[in-house]
Amino acid sequence: MLLNSIFFYFFSAIAVVSAVLTVTRRSPFHSAVFLVVALIATGGIFLQLQADFLFAMQLLVSAAGVVVLFVFAATPTNQKSPRRALRFSRYRIVAIVFAIVFAGEVMIAIFAGSKSLYLPAAANLPARNTAALGDVLFAQYLLPLEMASLLLVVALIGGIAALNRRVA
Amino acid sequence: MISIDHYLLLSLALLVIGVAGALARRNLIVTLMSVELILNAVNINLVAFSREWGNVNGQVFAVFLIGCEAAEAVVSVGIVLAVFRGRKTVLADEMDLLKW
Repeated sequence: MLLNSIFFYFFSAIAVVSAVLTVTRRSPFHSAVFLVVALIATGGIFLQLQADFLFAMQLLVSAAGVVVLFVFAATPTNQKSPRRALRFSRYRIVAIVFAIVFAGEVMIAIFAGSKSLYLPAAANLPARNTAALGDVLFAQYLLPLEMASLLLVVALIGGIAALNRRVA
Repeated sequence: MISIDHYLLLSLALLVIGVAGALARRNLIVTLMSVELILNAVNINLVAFSREWGNVNGQVFAVFLIGCEAAEAVVSVGIVLAVFRGRKTVLADEMDLLKW
């Protein structure tokens, strides 16, 4: 139990700090590196919650695939000139105020509804629940799963089409 | 002992950082990274409630969310690069063609 708590605080501290660094670094490449750290730390939280399959998927899809895509997009669009050096838009005060108000609102909701969150557990998940996840995914959620794969193919074609000069 | 509130607060922290980044940054690529942070915050909630209530369905939704995340990243990066080709900028406040 103590080890579990140490894992949680370790990974959540890394996740929050590198998330802050992701949105505040000047260069998009530095942002991408800290985004990878934040995503891997989130994967550590998944591991601490005993969601092994999601940990693997987080590493393979989010931390590897998506961030590489961002780096590929940041490479041609990275321009250095003093006029472009400003990191934040002039509405940054609005963004900060909105974020603080939003955080306070959700925190009130969490602490007000905290008692009602404790439903009796339906069943205890086994520690290695990848097999149970597969059972549910390929029986109960087969149609959504196929639709998700179709969505990925459509996104692939859409990404190619958006960059094709003759089509766009 | 780690309760569900801890996960909710961690998720809220990541969500708020992502929202602030998405609203305040000028570079559209970093905005997309902030959206990625927001989606990850949602994933933490789903997995935490899946563990808390002993129900594997939350993890199923997290799997779908990671898939949607990848599709969203592909399409939005394609759009950003297409805009960059036409307007030669990826800064959000310089895309003011419709503003008169």
